[in-house]
This record gives sequence, C-alpha cells and structure tokens, in this order.
Amino acid sequence: MADLKLTDIKKAYGNVTILHGVDLAITDGEFVVFVGPSGCGKSTLLRIIAGLEQVSGGDIRIDGQSVTNVPASDRGLAMVFQSYALYPHMSVYKNMAFALENMGLGRSEVDKRVRRAADMLQLTAYLDRKPRALSGGQRQRVAIGRAIVRDPKIFLFDEPLSNLDAELRVATRKELAALHAEIGGTMIYVTHDQVEAMTLADRIVVLRAGVIEQVGTPLEVYNHPANLFVAGFIGSPRMNLFPARVADAGGVAVGSEMRPIILPSTGHAVVGTDITLGARPEHIDVVGEDQADIVITLDLVEQLGGETYLYGSTPGLPQLTVRQHGQAAYDRNQRLGLRLKRDALHLFDADGSAIRIR
Amino acid sequence: MKIAQLLTARRDASHRHWTDIAAYAYLLLGVVLMFGPVLWLVLSSFKTQAGLLEFPPSLLPMSQKEISVAGYPQPLPLFTVTMEDGTTRQLAQVRRVGIQSQMVDPDNPSQQYRVAIDKRVPVREFSLATENYTEPLARFAFPRFLANSVFVTVVATLITLLINSMAAYALSIYEFKGKNAAMLMVIGTLMIPITIILVPVYLVVTKLGLVNSLWAVILPGAATPTGVFLLRQYMLTLPRDLIEAARMDKASEWQIYWRIVMPLTLPALAVLAIFSIMWRWNEFLWPLAVLTKTEVYTLQIGLNAFQGELQTQWQYLLAMTVMTLTPVAIVFVFLQRFITTGIANTGMK
Repeated sequence: MADLKLTDIKKAYGNVTILHGVDLAITDGEFVVFVGPSGCGKSTLLRIIAGLEQVSGGDIRIDGQSVTNVPASDRGLAMVFQSYALYPHMSVYKNMAFALENMGLGRSEVDKRVRRAADMLQLTAYLDRKPRALSGGQRQRVAIGRAIVRDPKIFLFDEPLSNLDAELRVATRKELAALHAEIGGTMIYVTHDQVEAMTLADRIVVLRAGVIEQVGTPLEVYNHPANLFVAGFIGSPRMNLFPARVADAGGVAVGSEMRPIILPSTGHAVVGTDITLGARPEHIDVVGEDQADIVITLDLVEQLGGETYLYGSTPGLPQLTVRQHGQAAYDRNQRLGLRLKRDALHLFDADGSAIRIR
Repeated sequence: MKIAQLLTARRDASHRHWTDIAAYAYLLLGVVLMFGPVLWLVLSSFKTQAGLLEFPPSLLPMSQKEISVAGYPQPLPLFTVTMEDGTTRQLAQVRRVGIQSQMVDPDNPSQQYRVAIDKRVPVREFSLATENYTEPLARFAFPRFLANSVFVTVVATLITLLINSMAAYALSIYEFKGKNAAMLMVIGTLMIPITIILVPVYLVVTKLGLVNSLWAVILPGAATPTGVFLLRQYMLTLPRDLIEAARMDKASEWQIYWRIVMPLTLPALAVLAIFSIMWRWNEFLWPLAVLTKTEVYTLQIGLNAFQGELQTQWQYLLAMTVMTLTPVAIVFVFLQRFITTGIANTGMK
C-alpha cells in the first residue's frame, strides 16, 4: 500500500503529445478511476505509472520516492491487463506463483499466498488448469489473483472488465468493490465506462485529450461537473445542454419564444451573455403546456420497465432526453410540456466552464 | 477413421464420380514423386553389385538362383533353358565357353548339355543382399562416423537454437536504434553463398587451431540468418502484453526470454530444429574442407570414401545412405507434432 504523486507528467510520441502535464495525488488505500473517451491518454497515464512507458517530462513519486527512472519490475506495482495476458503455457497456479518466485520467496510462502488468493477468488478448483481451459470470467479472476498475491504497493487495472459480457461485468464489478473493501490497497483503474467509474471509485479522474478535466468523488463529479465536457461525459443518458442567454431578473432564456427561467442565482454570469444551460434527464418534469418551459414533440419512447426515456425535439434546440420513473404511456409525435427543476440546473459560460450557482 | 476407409473415401459413397478418379490419380502421382526415389534407394541398397549394374534394371532386389549339384564343390547358377525340341528345363551351368555353355541337370548330374547362351534365361529369385549393410559396418568405422555426426548435429542444433533465439528475442522484443538495420544485415548474409566465404572461414578456423576438430564444423554455422529470421517473425506475433505482464511480475530479461518467450516459441523452434538437424546431418562441403583425418569424419564424409576416382561401390554407398537417412526421418516424425499452431494467444481474451 502506498500513495502516489504525479507532477507535471508529459508524454509525447514524436510530434504527437498524448499527455499535457498531468498533476495528481492519490492517497494510500484510495480507489481512483481514470475515465475518459478513447484516445484521452488514460491508458498511457496508467502505463507510465506502471513503468511500461517512459515519461517525456515530469516526476512520479511512490511513497515520496521518485520512481520516474525506475524500471517497471522494480516499482513494486501489479497490473491487470485488458487482455488478461495470462501465461498460456503455465497452469493457473504457476501463473500466480511466477511473480512470487521472481521475488525470491520460499516455496511454502509462495504456496500459502497462491492458495489464499485462489480461495478468495474461488479459483481453488482450477489451479491445475491451463488458461485455455478457463472461461472468460475465470481468466479475469486469475489475472486479478496474479496481482493480489504480490501484495503490491499499488494495483493498476487497465479496462479489466471490457472483455466480459454485460452480466459478468456487473458481477465482477461488485467483486472488485468487495475485494477493495477486503484487502484495501491503493488501486488505479482505467475505464471508458462511466458506470464502472461511478460505482467503483473513491475518486474519479476525468481525462480528455491528455488533460485532467476534473477530479472528484463520483457524486461531486455528477452533481457539480466542472465543465461542459464532464457534464456531457458523466451520466447516462447524457445531460441535456441548451444554448441560452442570461436574462435580466435573475434568469436564463432558452430559445427565442420561451419565457425566461428564473433561477435562484446565475452566479457571476453577466446579463446578456451567451451561456449553456444543462439539465439531467431526471431533472425534467412532464407538466401541462401552460406550466411548461419547453414544449416538445416526442420522437422516440424507450420503455426499460423500471423507467422510461423520452426523446423529443423542438425547433431551435437539440434533441432532449427525459427520464421518467416507472412505465409511462406516451405516443410518438405526442406534444409534451416540460419543466426544468430549478434547483438542479447547471450553467456553463461561453468557454465551457461551470458557473457555480449552488 | 480406419486406414481402409481413408484410402477408399469417395465424394459420394454410392457411386464413383470422375473427380474421385482424378483425385486419386493426382495423389498417386504425388506419392510416386515423393516416395519413388526413396523407395528406389531403399530397394537398391539391397541389390548386389551385379544387380545394380544390370540392364534393364529391376525394382526389387533380385539375384540369380544358385543350386548345389552333387559332384560340384560350388553352388551352380540355375537357368531356364529352351531345348532344341522346344521344351524348357531348368539346368545348372557348370561353365561357359564362348557362346556355348556347359550345363548339367541338377536332378541327374551325370547328364550334361551344351546350350547356346541365347537359349537360356537366368532363374531369378527375390533376395536381400544384407551384406551391403553388414560388411561396411564391420569393415568401415561406421559407428565412429555415426558418433561424430550425432555429436555435430546435436550440439550444433542446440547452439543454433540458443543463440538464434537470443538474437531473435533482441530483434523482436526490444526497441532500439538500428534494429531494422541489424535485421537487414542478418538477412543480407543469406545472399552470400558458402562457396565465397569458404576460404576466409577456413583461414580463421586454421588460425584458431580447430582444423580436424568437430568444433570446426559446429561453430561457423551456428548462427544462421534463416533461423534468426524465422524465430524473430514468430516472436513478433507473441502478444506484447505477455512480456509487459512478466515485467510487472518482476521477471528479469533472462526470465522473460527463458520462461515466457521460449516456451511460446516452441512451434518455430521445432521447425528450426528440424532444419538445423537436416542441414547438419547432410552437411558435406564444409566438413570435407576442415576434416581430413578419418577419426573425425562425419557420416557424409565417410560415405564419400566409397566413391573412388575409378570405381564407386554403389551397393555400399546406397546401403550407408539409407543408414544416414533413417535418423533424420525419425527426428522429423518425432518433432513434427510440435509444429502445430502456437498457444500464445490462449491466455488472452
């Protein structure tokens, strides 16, 4: 277990810069998830922490010791690869024992640790099998087992669940959360799946194009996205974003013919400037047309059983998503009045950063 | 599937289609082309010297039947003779005088005949001239040559596998400046035939005092560009994640090479092993140049001794060729089951 401090980490391949100076501190025992769209540099950042990639600039410290120029094998970290990367010619036992043998541990200690990890991951029955005789979920658990027997300073996970089917992914996600609760340990987890990020993380690090956009607990990131990118990236379905203008009388005007929405505060936004108004699908109520902020025509209704998603449009605005609890009966092309929940709206200024209004 | 079933398999079990006939004819042609020479060699190796030189040649080793006749100390050759009255009888030849031959009836030795030689045909029977094998084995230092050949082949193949795989590992797993240039140079040496470097290499070997030592045969050819290329191409297909996983698992470079990369390269190593064994076992020109004493001869050089300037003892040469072919064939049968698809991807998703 250890803490990690990244200072101004830069990475470039030739002329292409992947990471533009990343600063991040991760405390001991924390579960941090790097999330972002593909190509944002999250995997590169993880590989830099692992020591599999060299930095172009910056400093990496583990427990206060600089490891920037320490090779991967000497950093004392363990990594679970997206492809699992199990050694195909070794049994499950050997796969897990390999690192311990390399560490120079005695046979009985190796055996004890492997069996304990196998027990924890329900792999005891498969210890003599080769990876090719295992299912995807079992291989995944072996890959995790290979990391935990090491008792590493930091666990690194590179999209470990992306090759599992949906059901198994949910189950393994819960197991991972339980594992973290059980063994503690600093864990860094890379994913592009924001549900994994929300459910697993103590803190989420949202990356885009080699820059950290926001760092915070899942709910902080969800409730107070720092900018338009985070607002759009975190949350499913996406937050609705409308072009708007700050009206006098403490409100914002959306579209041209609609009356201003009066907000408790518009923060530091100057009257008359263009801003973006954000409203999550669950923060929009269906109301009568007389009370509505916006009237839409329904394009599509998605019934999920427990909830219903309504997709609608109105001239001059992008398509809107509304989430309704339960099973609501609506028809395509039906006109629907919508009212935004005043206390749950988000405002973003012209360059995309959030305006604090709460 | 049973062999009989396999050999009579048809496109449609109920009747014979013309493609069946075409396919079998084609396959038969292939079998004859592949195995004809080998079969010819093996059968010929059991022929006597006279049998080898006779015309028209026979496929099977045949020799003239001989028979012991009372009153004659040596067995006499048996012939089928067409008598003047048109009947045929089997007679043994006592001696031949010009175009006449003096013959005797084996059942009645007192009765002699004079027969024109064009009226008689030898009686032949199938017989294996096993002395082709036993005589040289007794007379000629075959076990010594065999031991030398085995030593050269085994040691050279092990060294080849080891150093070629190490070079291939460096050229496939590591990233360094000049990597492609190094690879090109390795491949480039393929363009230089051995005849060109024979003399310079010989001079080096002489300076090192290795002439008439088996190491002179083993060392110069231990690093082969073909081997490096073959192994490198195979190692390039190994998933990079495996090597990185091993790095994370605190494996040293040697351990990654020895415990991860080598086992996964087994199919390519088996191919190279077969090649190397064939090359080394059949190598002729270079050993001929550096080995001049009989006690260090390899089999191929030993075989050359049967081929004199004036006379070639074909029966021994063929028999010993069969002896030298057999080990390679056995090695191939044993190693070919490793040349299967690799397992390198089976631990991955």
